[in-house]
Amino acid sequence: MAKFEPVLMANMHKADSHTLKVYEAGGGYRGLRKALKEMTPDQVTETVKASGLRGRGGAGFPTGLKWTFLPKNHPGPIYMCINADESEPGTFNNRYLMELDPHQVIEGIILSCYATKAVTAYLYIRVEYPLSRRRLQSAIDECYAAGLLGKNILGTSFSLDIFIHVGAAAYICGEETGLIESLEGKRAWPRIKPPFPAIEGVFRKPTVVNNIETAACVTQIIDRGADWFKTIGVPADPKNPRDPGSYGPKLYCLSGHVNKPGCYEAPLGITCRELINEYGEGIWKGRKGKAAIPGGISMGLLTEAEFDTPLDFAGPGKVGCLGLGTAAVVVMDETVNMVDFLHNSCRFFAHESCGQCTPCREGTHWSLTMLERIKAGKGRLKDLDLLLEIGDSIGIIPGTTICGLSDGAAWPIKNAIRKFRGDFEEYIKRTNPNGYMVTEPVPALLQLGAH
Amino acid sequence: MGTVLVDGIEVPVADNERLNGIQAAERAGIDIPHYCWHAGLSVVASCRMCLVEQGTKDPATGKITMIPKVVPACQTPAKDGTVFITNSDKVKQCRAQVEEALLIDHPIDCPICDKAGECRLQDYYFEHGQPERRADIRPFHSPKREMGDTVTLFVDRCVMCTRCVRFTREITGTSELMVTNRGSHEEIDVFPGFPLANKMSGNVVDLCPVGALGDKDFMYQQRVWFMKSHDGICTGCSTGCNIEVEENQDRVYRLKPRENAQVNQWWMCDEGRYGYHHVHAEDRQVGPRRREGDKYVNIEWNTVTAEMKAKLTAAGRIGAVISPHLTIEEAYLLIKYVRSIDPAAVLALGPVPVIGTDERFPNGFTIHAEKAPNRRGIEMLLAHFGGKVLSFVDFQKELDAKTLRAVWVSAGYKKSDWNDETTARKFAGLDVLVVQDLFSSPLWNMATYQLPGGSFAEREGSYVNFQDRLQTAKFAIRPPVGAWVEGQLYWRLLERPGLYQSRKVLTEAAAEVTALHLALGGVPPTGLDLRANQLAGEKKEAATV
Ligand SMILES: Cc1cc2nc3c(=O)[nH]c(=O)nc-3n(C[C@H](O)[C@H](O)[C@H](O)COP(=O)(O)O)c2cc1C
Ligand code: SF4
Ligand code: SF4
Ligand code: SF4
Ligand code: FES
Repeated sequence: MAKFEPVLMANMHKADSHTLKVYEAGGGYRGLRKALKEMTPDQVTETVKASGLRGRGGAGFPTGLKWTFLPKNHPGPIYMCINADESEPGTFNNRYLMELDPHQVIEGIILSCYATKAVTAYLYIRVEYPLSRRRLQSAIDECYAAGLLGKNILGTSFSLDIFIHVGAAAYICGEETGLIESLEGKRAWPRIKPPFPAIEGVFRKPTVVNNIETAACVTQIIDRGADWFKTIGVPADPKNPRDPGSYGPKLYCLSGHVNKPGCYEAPLGITCRELINEYGEGIWKGRKGKAAIPGGISMGLLTEAEFDTPLDFAGPGKVGCLGLGTAAVVVMDETVNMVDFLHNSCRFFAHESCGQCTPCREGTHWSLTMLERIKAGKGRLKDLDLLLEIGDSIGIIPGTTICGLSDGAAWPIKNAIRKFRGDFEEYIKRTNPNGYMVTEPVPALLQLGAH
Repeated sequence: MGTVLVDGIEVPVADNERLNGIQAAERAGIDIPHYCWHAGLSVVASCRMCLVEQGTKDPATGKITMIPKVVPACQTPAKDGTVFITNSDKVKQCRAQVEEALLIDHPIDCPICDKAGECRLQDYYFEHGQPERRADIRPFHSPKREMGDTVTLFVDRCVMCTRCVRFTREITGTSELMVTNRGSHEEIDVFPGFPLANKMSGNVVDLCPVGALGDKDFMYQQRVWFMKSHDGICTGCSTGCNIEVEENQDRVYRLKPRENAQVNQWWMCDEGRYGYHHVHAEDRQVGPRRREGDKYVNIEWNTVTAEMKAKLTAAGRIGAVISPHLTIEEAYLLIKYVRSIDPAAVLALGPVPVIGTDERFPNGFTIHAEKAPNRRGIEMLLAHFGGKVLSFVDFQKELDAKTLRAVWVSAGYKKSDWNDETTARKFAGLDVLVVQDLFSSPLWNMATYQLPGGSFAEREGSYVNFQDRLQTAKFAIRPPVGAWVEGQLYWRLLERPGLYQSRKVLTEAAAEVTALHLALGGVPPTGLDLRANQLAGEKKEAATV
């Protein structure tokens, strides 16, 4: 495969890449100047729509289409929320963008607001990203000083303010309506939909929620054109009229048992194996791979045999994963026991469930207590069936919960046990030779270390 | 007009109706189990007990298309063509799973839980639960936490429906309750230093679908299945909240609000809720007594009915104080009685206690400053019967004029503080002073006849609230031995046969008193708006003028 020329990361290697001077020297704010001068907001929206850009925050919803859901001729205000809560385990591409090229993000935000007629953008960032926050704030300050933000941007009638809002660090604050609640100063309990944020979002006004990387893509699309964007990635499946395709470059986060973990830009559709071998320089310590998370822990698991799955929006789903998610690939080598993986995963979701919906609140917690018991050598084969039952029943896909966190909790359970059942059975039989066949309820372990 | 299909049953819905799946199913006689949804609160759709299958029926082809996932019925609008399936295996499994999930960390201390017997967790478990526990067995304890003066939280019994939290945010606007922690560690709590302290706090206990919120007043007093419930009207103020009076063997243990969209919705205030203890107060008067010299002797009720007429007739001019605690029926009979003896008997409205100012909550619920249930009703009667009609203050002036020789005072207040020595002295020197009350007071101690009366829980009859709505209460308990409810005494004094029949009296009063005409057709369970009658009356008058 021909070495791909990075776009989103093109600026990042430069000294002081986070400053306005360096960004503009590399052609920064060219797209914005062009758009404000030559394009109407609708033309910007149309361009983004034509590019086929799909949101990079996890759900992969077509960005241009989302913008058109805003009510027409609304008296305003319309709000833009930029989601920088980046809490999906394994994910750190937003952080690269914010720390090393914040202006690329801000240009995209300004363009997105211009297109959607938003007057205020809230950038919701997790508290654990202090450098990102400082860099964003100084970039915003630079923009105000340069007339790129504030009243009458670049002498036009378009005005915009961007405020950074720091979240107190909870995974659920990344779910778009959880984010909105949190931004309003409330507990981040995702809202029931409808109404969707486009109709009633922040302060009950029409709102768009977009990811940091999505904003960066908008910058590139306006600067280079929709056609350019469409030359990258995987075209829509002509046989499937509902497939919007997977266009454009993507920032993949590669971590786990590889020789060279990091954030890499590649065209959408690179396979997991290519990513591991060409960017990550292979599995570490000369070992073989066993499994990989395709796009953040919520997406489930690829087996080694599935490493050739293309990491585009449609690929992981074809092998039973939830989707591409955040394109954060975590690689596990042959020494990893899937019991450990699943325990870790269950602990995360039990800790992060907002606790609103019964199936998610209790299901995540119950699965954790079972995994803890299994790990402690008191597992039963029946536990695997119970875990699968939980995995199959919680989430917005079966319809039993309010938000997608529980689908994310379900997928690792389903994939780990269905794809690696041998691991679990072997572990349970080995560690609990006398009790693994028990089917009656057993005494719970003390819930040590569990959250 | 549209049609919703629930398990194949056609449910008509009007075009302007906004029903959800639970309400539509209810019309078809189908109960969709639910915890978090409450008609009086916002929809959160979080407990997920109400999951159902949903689809739409194509009006043209009649073809039904179901969506693949389950949906919460509480959040799903029931519109023309909406199809709900509530009895499929899929729905049953969802219910069983939610019920199982809720029970994983539940203490299941039903034997010592006040809610047992009226607990949704219990009921739904039997109806929809898994046959056996599948989660690990762990020791439970049931920690308690004070929410305020009225309510205790049994922390681990909570199913996190947030009804109580929404109540304090949306109905009282006081926001004391909140959710702390996250995930399965979530708990209901108050902010330190800001206890649950609003004047409607007791409602959260009714709202709580399980035994997590305990009413301190009711705690450990009675198992709910021993109690019988009677439709009553709260007599705490002129709002006239519809209530249920719950008793066992003539002892009231609890008052609860009864839904009435026109008056109190689903709520009642704490003052009313806990304002029943006087019914069983130790010092409540029982047994009629007659003054002889400066002593009182116990007499029989038959003696009272036998000699009263002669005593009053002998005295001459009569005055009667009609308490705003009397029902329409009782007041009507009392007026009839005194006017039968003295056609020019002077009538007065008894004292109407006013405490503070009306308190209106954000959702509209109002606690009135007027602490009596039936001022409007008595006024309507007095206006009808005419003659000399006075306020209680003017009545005292009338006493000063010494024209009255006999006075009948009806009372029935919760406390004895409605009269004091000064007031009582004005009643000195009468030939006959009859006082009917629950407790002794300065006036009581001057009476010629001390006649112990009934409390609200023992009365049967109607009150007219601040908005001229006539509402009927049933009696819940019998009066203590030795006391006669006012209606019963008047009935006997008027020499009517058998037991007091309030229904009959109301019909009679309604036929006679224009303002009450509407009651001729009977009183619906949620009461009767008498203003409609007045409007009609005014129109008629205008037409005749
Ligand atoms: C539990 C949960 C956590 C999420 N966390 C994030 C996040 O940290 N950052 C993010 O951009 N999107 C996150 N999302 C996705 C958002 O809900 C939303 O789809 C996204 O921000 C939309 O932006 P996009 O259209 O640009 O992708 C999360 C979703 C769920 C269900
Ligand atoms: S699915 Fe889980 S995280 Fe999402 S709203 Fe429900 S309880 Fe909260
Ligand atoms: S709330 Fe009380 S009655 Fe209901 S199940 Fe729990 S312990 Fe039993
Ligand atoms: S205390 Fe009762 S009403 Fe409040 S959330 Fe818990 S179960 Fe619901
Ligand atoms: S009643 Fe519908 S989700 Fe709780």
